[in-house]
Amino acid sequence: MNAPTAPQCSQAGSTYVEPVLVVGGFVKNFDGRLVLNGLDFAIAPGQSTALIGANGSGKSTLLKCLIRLIEPSAGQIQMLGRDVRALSPRDLRAFRAQVGIVWQRHNLVPRLSVLSNVIHGVQSRLSGPRAWFQALAPADVRGEAMQCLDRVGLADRAATRVDSLSGGQQQRVAIARMLMQRPAFILADEPDASLDPQTGEEVMALLLSLVREKGLSLLMISHRLEHTLEFSDRILGLAKGRIALDLPTSQADAASLRRFFDHQEPA
Amino acid sequence: MTTLSVSAVISPPPRFSHRSLSEYVGILLVLGLVTSSLMATAPALDKLSRGAARLFAPSGMLTQMFPPDFSRIIPIGWKLLETLQMAVAGCFLGLLLAIPFAILATDRLSPHPWVRNVARAVIALFRTVPDLIWAIIFIIIVGLGPAAGVMAIMVDKIGFAGRFFAEAMEESDAGPQDALRAIGANRLGTIVSAVFPACLPSFTATSLFALEKSVRGSAALGLVGAGGIGVDLKVAFDLFNYDEALAIILMMLALVITVEQGSGWIRKKLI
Repeated sequence: MNAPTAPQCSQAGSTYVEPVLVVGGFVKNFDGRLVLNGLDFAIAPGQSTALIGANGSGKSTLLKCLIRLIEPSAGQIQMLGRDVRALSPRDLRAFRAQVGIVWQRHNLVPRLSVLSNVIHGVQSRLSGPRAWFQALAPADVRGEAMQCLDRVGLADRAATRVDSLSGGQQQRVAIARMLMQRPAFILADEPDASLDPQTGEEVMALLLSLVREKGLSLLMISHRLEHTLEFSDRILGLAKGRIALDLPTSQADAASLRRFFDHQEPA
Repeated sequence: MTTLSVSAVISPPPRFSHRSLSEYVGILLVLGLVTSSLMATAPALDKLSRGAARLFAPSGMLTQMFPPDFSRIIPIGWKLLETLQMAVAGCFLGLLLAIPFAILATDRLSPHPWVRNVARAVIALFRTVPDLIWAIIFIIIVGLGPAAGVMAIMVDKIGFAGRFFAEAMEESDAGPQDALRAIGANRLGTIVSAVFPACLPSFTATSLFALEKSVRGSAALGLVGAGGIGVDLKVAFDLFNYDEALAIILMMLALVITVEQGSGWIRKKLI
């Protein structure tokens, strides 16, 4: 089953809302092996969408293809009003600046301070030494980075080397770096993986509160069903390279999602 | 106490893994190469003992070296300082230029495979040609003196550090680089913000080894006229002033040990 490509805003009844992401006829293969085969879906602004599926179902590949960290094989990607596949290298950089990513591995630069890592987020709109290290950053950039750190509750650790923090704190720093980017759309690739249950929940709650607070759109992958149910408005399930599940989270429960994982069939 | 019957225990694997015929041929070839090389070039023991006896004879070189003559310690000290300066200047320039060469030679960071291949070839060329040959080439270009030595050390260090810097960058974690690329950072931003900090320990270790190597090498460069203490050492040997030669060698040894100890201390502090 493939999802409808034009989402409706639930609060507005029949009012059509321009989607922030439209994926149509999307195909990705690696050396002839088909991983994603004709995906069609769309995401409305301000929506938190969970992408679920078994390991190897192509969830992370899809996320990376959306910003062309991996090149798609075929199909259409319209994101934030841009035809992603048609972007030139320069335009692609500018486009990526609008999309924040929270990775499974936080991917921070280990030997640098927390503040320097957060300031790296400004490289979406500022280049040169001012965006490389906190010591060279202008006062307004340092101030904004401190605000982002404050938002994730780590302002007091700004001078600490990032690799001396716990896994949960590092993930918070990664979220602060993403905030520094001032994104319009957030992609989150298992941000709760490798974190203990409580920390994972805190990170997910923080992410969702930011999305709600700033009116951003979120497409996230999580293997934790309770997080999928608690922190999303809509659930998309990937199986056999296609969208095999698409339903509002209010209509889903843990048992039906478990059945989807067990059988890889529409719940 | 429970005992296991022999039949219940799974037999261990053979002590030596089975090798194919081609592997045996390879081992024989290596052994043959080592043996023939030793036979063709290594000195005969009787020749070695006769020569060593000459060295220790009353008129022999070693006997004449003692006691070392430190009467020219001030001018030798200045020359030693020049040697150190040559090493530091050449090493600094070499390390600085090695960074762009290394970036261009790295699979992940090079803008194009052709550029990468050319950069790798240049680094290999710089590394393959001995520094004494580079010194002779630069003496032709800039004349006798320390400038030629500095240039020779610089080129040698581009070859030495370029290779190790490139390897360090190749092995660095791709995650932070991907994250910055995904943010929209440009190539230079990604390299400076993510690659350099990750490679800093390796860069530091390589740079300190390069400095030690430069100090040792710069003394030899004087032998071909490229400045430094090597000139004085050559003159001392040419004029049979073996006691002064020993004084120079001891002072060089003190310099090299000081630099090695210093770089070891820095390495411990920084890495």
